[in-house]
Amino acid sequence: MKKFKLFFCILLSLTIFSTLKSAEQVDPIKVDWSFKGLLGKFDRASLQRGYQVYNEVCASCHSMQYLSYRNLGEPGGPEFSEEEVKAIAAGFEVTDGPDAQGEMFTRAGRPSDKFVSPYPNVKAAAAANGGAYPPDMSVLVKARKGGANYIYSVLVGYEDPPPGVTLDEGVYYNKYMIGNKIKMPNNLSDGLVEYADGTEATVDQMAKDVTTFLSWTAEPELESRHKTGVKVILYLVLLSILVFLSMKKIWSRVNPEV
Amino acid sequence: MSEHEYVPKSKAGKWFNDRLPLLSLASHLTDYPTPKNLNYWWTFGGILTFCLLTQIITGIVLAMHYVAHADLAFASVEHIMRDVNYGWLIRYIHSNGASMFFLAVYIHIFRSLFYGSYKSPREIIWIIGLMIYLLMMAAAFMGYVLPWGQMSFWGATVITNLFSAIPLVGDSITTWLWGAYSVDNPTLTRFFSLHYLIPFLILGLVVLHIWALHIPGNNNPVGIDIKKPSKDTVPFHPYITIKDAFALLLFSIIFAGFVFFAPNVLGHSDNYIQANPMVTPAHIVPEWYLLPFYAILRSVPDKLGGVILMFGAIFILFVLPWLDTSKVRSAVFRPIYRQFFWILVLDVLVLGYVGAMPAEGIYLVLARVGTVYYFLHFIVILPVVGYLEKTEPVPLSISEPVLSGSADYSMAKKDNEKI
Repeated sequence: MKKFKLFFCILLSLTIFSTLKSAEQVDPIKVDWSFKGLLGKFDRASLQRGYQVYNEVCASCHSMQYLSYRNLGEPGGPEFSEEEVKAIAAGFEVTDGPDAQGEMFTRAGRPSDKFVSPYPNVKAAAAANGGAYPPDMSVLVKARKGGANYIYSVLVGYEDPPPGVTLDEGVYYNKYMIGNKIKMPNNLSDGLVEYADGTEATVDQMAKDVTTFLSWTAEPELESRHKTGVKVILYLVLLSILVFLSMKKIWSRVNPEV
Repeated sequence: MSEHEYVPKSKAGKWFNDRLPLLSLASHLTDYPTPKNLNYWWTFGGILTFCLLTQIITGIVLAMHYVAHADLAFASVEHIMRDVNYGWLIRYIHSNGASMFFLAVYIHIFRSLFYGSYKSPREIIWIIGLMIYLLMMAAAFMGYVLPWGQMSFWGATVITNLFSAIPLVGDSITTWLWGAYSVDNPTLTRFFSLHYLIPFLILGLVVLHIWALHIPGNNNPVGIDIKKPSKDTVPFHPYITIKDAFALLLFSIIFAGFVFFAPNVLGHSDNYIQANPMVTPAHIVPEWYLLPFYAILRSVPDKLGGVILMFGAIFILFVLPWLDTSKVRSAVFRPIYRQFFWILVLDVLVLGYVGAMPAEGIYLVLARVGTVYYFLHFIVILPVVGYLEKTEPVPLSISEPVLSGSADYSMAKKDNEKI
């Protein structure tokens, strides 16, 4: 059995080593997110503030095509009230149709509508942003190595380029970005948004709130996943104990020691 | 294998069984005499059956919601994750289930290597098992393509491009596989079709695998033939079923740990970016379970050579029963082979590690050393050790202890001492 232990030690150390990476960029800042860990949950107020930052700042360039407005009111998310969700949706103009005459028309958004994208397509988005397409934000946190920590770090990681580094027009220096060059300007500044709950809108606060919001959009099932997971594992552990005792009993007929 | 012919008690049962002996089959399966010294490494056959059925059931549900189209596949996966009731659970079970399946199959294969389960008279079981393993890799690879993320697309591009290394007809074969001039919508639709087909082929092979197993019966940690069935064996049910159930539950706890608390840790973040033929990811890596073969592929500077070695690494296993010259099955009684076995395990782990790293510098050196050693193990070490090794005394039967020797290598030995 000793050798099997050794085997697992090797396996474990290899797994750890394989997560280390030789990269040029600085490791992302580690934030103690409320949604990390086995029982992690989103901070509801932070999600609501994060939506505000997303809506007032990010959404002018970034789409969120896999979300519907109704999601904002669902359990485990920002949990806006039904009226609030309706009001948020109604604030957007949605293209619908064709109508009986075959014409497309616009109408006020409904909770069942998908988030309205700022640009009609990827090419239009790229053309309006110096050739760099602002990525869709629905699953952005899952699509980046480092996840929430990385997104937060990039948001607060803008710096003047170190001496010797020259940047082209429309390119910015960010110490956490891969290659340190990013086409998104530093859009956050203290007091940029006015939080409805009175929280002071520092860059750090806004970055944390919007990252929390983006973590939810990437994993809207997170809370129910954690809750179900705890129940499932408890159930499996209890059942294992019962089955183990049954096994002991059954095998005692053959060999009392097994 | 049953000692005596099974006769149903009821008249109706007898009538049915005379026409289709399903009841005899059920009786054979429950009474099937199994060595009583099987340890927990023998529970992975049951675990693998569970994995296959889990993949089939979750896969059927996913296929109800998935759309196999280059423009819609990525969005349909997000639809499953967000709008389908418990879609996230079904998809995470399926995607992590693939990893669990491979974890179990690797333990199952290495168990066979350790205890010599591939040796006569079990060569056909071994070969069918390898065919299952090959199909598993094909199914897993095609399944990974279906979400149509960046790694899906570029993984598919790298792997299908391997066929272009075949002289003369390589490019034609690659185009034929793609159904287009690059990985594109026709590639996705055929991969979906085959991904749905392969598990049922595997299921068929599993039946043959078990059938072939039930002819000679199970190998066991001591690796000897069963001399006295009445004393050395227990009926499969309830003894093995309850033990398998217990092991399966422990396995399920690990499985659930991944599904509920780290569902994406075994995947690659780039696969949450929709496939884009114009943007190549910095490092294209396959899923972890294919990494050792990826390392072998990249260790050779020549493309065709790399492809030949990669496939060779699997096909050499098909002749393993004839490469191993030792008369003794279990490594418990083979002091020299036992050490080489662990070196091979380490070698495969190292290959897996460098497979995830860029093919340069020390990683390339490690990959080359690892690859050479892998083949050396099967072609040179195994035949030679079989001839030269002085094996330890093998017991005459499972119930009869060997009094010499003090090393305690397995549960098998412990059992012996206690009886």
